[in-house]
Amino acid sequence: MIARFPSRSAAEPALAAAILVLFLSACGNRGGGTGARSQALQIKGSDTMVNLGQAWAEAYNKLHPEVNVAVTGGGSGTGIAALINGTCEIAESSRGLEAKEIEQARAKGFAIREDIVALDGIVVVVHPSNPIAAVTMEELRELFLGDIRRWKMLRGPDWPVVLLSREVNSGTHIFFKEHVLRRGKSKGPEEFAPLALMMPSSYAIAEEVAQNENAVGYYGLGYISPRQKVVPVAKDEHSPAIAPTIETIRANTYPISRPLYLFTKGEPAGSVKDFMDFIHSPAGQKIVRDTEFVPIQ
Amino acid sequence: MKPRNEGLRQKLGFGVLLLATLIVVIPVLGIVGLIIAKGWGALSWSFLFSMPRDGMRAGGIWPAIVGTFYLVFVSIAFALPIGVAAAIYLNEYAKDNGLTRAINLAIINLAGVSSVVFGLFGLSLFVIFLRFGVSIISGALTLGIMTLPVIITTTREALRAVPKSYREVSFSLGASHWQTVRHSVLPHALPGILTGAILSIGRVAGETAPILFTVAAFYLPNLPTSLSDQAMALPYHLYVITSQIPGIPEGFRFGTAFVLIALVLIMNVSASIIRSRYRKKK
Amino acid sequence: MKNLRRAKEFVIEKLILLCGLASILFVVLIFVFLLREGVSILKTTGILSFLGGRFWYPISSPPRLGILPLILGSLLVTAGAVVMAVPLGIGAAFYIAEVAPKRLRTILKSCVEILAAIPSVVLGFVGITVLVPFLKNFLHLPTGLTAFAGSLMLAFMALPTIISISEDAINAVPREYKDGALALGATHWQALRRVVIHGALPGIIAAAMLGIGRVFGETMAVMMVTGNAAVIPHSLFEPVRTLTATIAAEMGEAAKGSPHYFALFAIGIVLFLISFAINLTADLLLNRGKKK
Repeated sequence: MIARFPSRSAAEPALAAAILVLFLSACGNRGGGTGARSQALQIKGSDTMVNLGQAWAEAYNKLHPEVNVAVTGGGSGTGIAALINGTCEIAESSRGLEAKEIEQARAKGFAIREDIVALDGIVVVVHPSNPIAAVTMEELRELFLGDIRRWKMLRGPDWPVVLLSREVNSGTHIFFKEHVLRRGKSKGPEEFAPLALMMPSSYAIAEEVAQNENAVGYYGLGYISPRQKVVPVAKDEHSPAIAPTIETIRANTYPISRPLYLFTKGEPAGSVKDFMDFIHSPAGQKIVRDTEFVPIQ
Repeated sequence: MKPRNEGLRQKLGFGVLLLATLIVVIPVLGIVGLIIAKGWGALSWSFLFSMPRDGMRAGGIWPAIVGTFYLVFVSIAFALPIGVAAAIYLNEYAKDNGLTRAINLAIINLAGVSSVVFGLFGLSLFVIFLRFGVSIISGALTLGIMTLPVIITTTREALRAVPKSYREVSFSLGASHWQTVRHSVLPHALPGILTGAILSIGRVAGETAPILFTVAAFYLPNLPTSLSDQAMALPYHLYVITSQIPGIPEGFRFGTAFVLIALVLIMNVSASIIRSRYRKKK
Repeated sequence: MKNLRRAKEFVIEKLILLCGLASILFVVLIFVFLLREGVSILKTTGILSFLGGRFWYPISSPPRLGILPLILGSLLVTAGAVVMAVPLGIGAAFYIAEVAPKRLRTILKSCVEILAAIPSVVLGFVGITVLVPFLKNFLHLPTGLTAFAGSLMLAFMALPTIISISEDAINAVPREYKDGALALGATHWQALRRVVIHGALPGIIAAAMLGIGRVFGETMAVMMVTGNAAVIPHSLFEPVRTLTATIAAEMGEAAKGSPHYFALFAIGIVLFLISFAINLTADLLLNRGKKK
């Protein structure tokens, strides 16, 4: 029995290996998390843009197999924070920079460069069986502030309203809050009603709206599908209600649209610049259209 | 006592107990059945072994499988030696004193800490303080610490099951304490230790919350090449394709859930096979 | 040669002691590192307005970091799960330990083990694809993403813990107790109800406590099915947001050094302390049961 057991306890080499692993990884990472690894591009940020970013990454990877482009979501704030902390090279964002982010970057000794790469319209969606034909910006505001609790108050049926919002770290959440709830001001007392459901993604909003006749939600243009009904939005009660399309967003007649940004650390160079050039190329902008955002060119 | 009445009561009582058991068991079979039924069709060579394409709507889940494999391997390599040694200490060396009591309490608490709190801890210690970054090593160490209680408890039970007489014989032959543990106790506890290791592999493979901020990536075009890379992992991948990305074929979701569950269940079944064989031998 | 061996053994035994202490070390480390990041919350928000604040708007300026809705959300979901899981779990434990024929017992036990092994995210996935739409239609709710959906998921996740620990407690009741009761003419059922349950009670309570601990800290499944509305809940059939889901959903934000970031770590401290208290109590109960 004793002879069959290896003369050394199994624990010893395993422990040694574990310690070795620890040391190796610690040393391997000493160089800092930024661009130390050759030809690796980290893109992080907006969940709205994560599909777009991934489509770019896949297409770019076909042209440049040597460059490893990794795309992760988490929200615009996450991406910008990562850019400032040096854990990504490019931040995807569906909102502009905040003053405190510019300040944080300056404290680290660089300026963040912003680059508008596409446009996006925020679409208000309800269940296809909801008869509501149009809303004004003010109605939308009251709806998401929690003042309108039944669809009856918006000329609809006597159903309860279920509000669907994105999580707080989503650029779409912040844009909607500032643009709709606070009537375009970045500061203000208005917040989403606490009873609004915080959904982890635009897709989750789309799914819940598709199966819940009480629900109303918002998401980027790219998520429109026949399973949800798009509600045209009017600037005020005297203006016509406009449906979100590529044309109305480009012409800026649809009231809830926004630019989509890529942020980089200062002027891009090397593989970052090459990647940014690709995005602005016809091939890159075609991908914008294919993922159902609005190309800038 | 009225025997007939009591007999009826017993029947009723047992009926209620049976009902409770069925309410527990039937949904379990339902869930597993559903995932097998809907996931089986999605399985194919290319689903398992190719990279995701078209925003993960096509291709396969290979990087998530590889990532999970990495995480399991590294975290077990870290936790198994520590856990086994801790169990040896507790069962073979420790006296019944305050320190032992404190260790036991610590193990129980470690087992009870919320998985997302492990995630915070990993972020704070490994990712930020030790500057490992969001990486396999950060995630694996977090998972390793989380799974320690499983390894310690199962190893301890295995050690406890080794008859006292084995130790006495060894001591009487003049062996030192460590020699006794190594040659007379550990070999007999080996199947039990293996069981613990396998169970914790299952646990590590299935956890999501601890890896959210420590290692998991939404999408990576290439496989990780070193322990300081980020990685995709099966449970996080399932979360991502369930709640983040539109247009994923239903089969992909169920297929991923199937692979994850199959992995975990295979681990559990092999653990219980080892356990029952071992018991029979005795 | 002998000295060398002694020295080697000395080192090994010290290493083993060190590993024995590792659990303590890790628990302390967890607490210290949560504290390290979380304690800064006090710079922006007082303890009372953190724990008792009614609004959670973490990224507004100034942020409002009240976690009362989240605490109540966690408590509500947990309570709902416990009400369902504890009776079911104890009933099933008695059936498996005392009533089921041997072969059935093995099958049932492996079912419970399978349940224990199913990853949280898989249950959440099944919850959101099957349970949530079903609840909405079946109960005519405004939405199926409710505390109740979370409670159902959590009840299932707590069951294996409750069943296996209760079962151990039942099996640990000395056979003579039951045999004595049977010899006095009691039926098997009477013996269980009057005698066995008393012997097993501390263990069963501990099982329930550990189940509660499991439920309170559970993250993924809850986050996927409860709707995550940070509102003070009024009923089980409304959306709620739990402490765990808040961390998981928002930590990605992690603008390091922001009040939001500190607040999420502070929530981690709250969770850690609660689970500590629950596990301590359960452990005391279990040990008391054993000493008897």
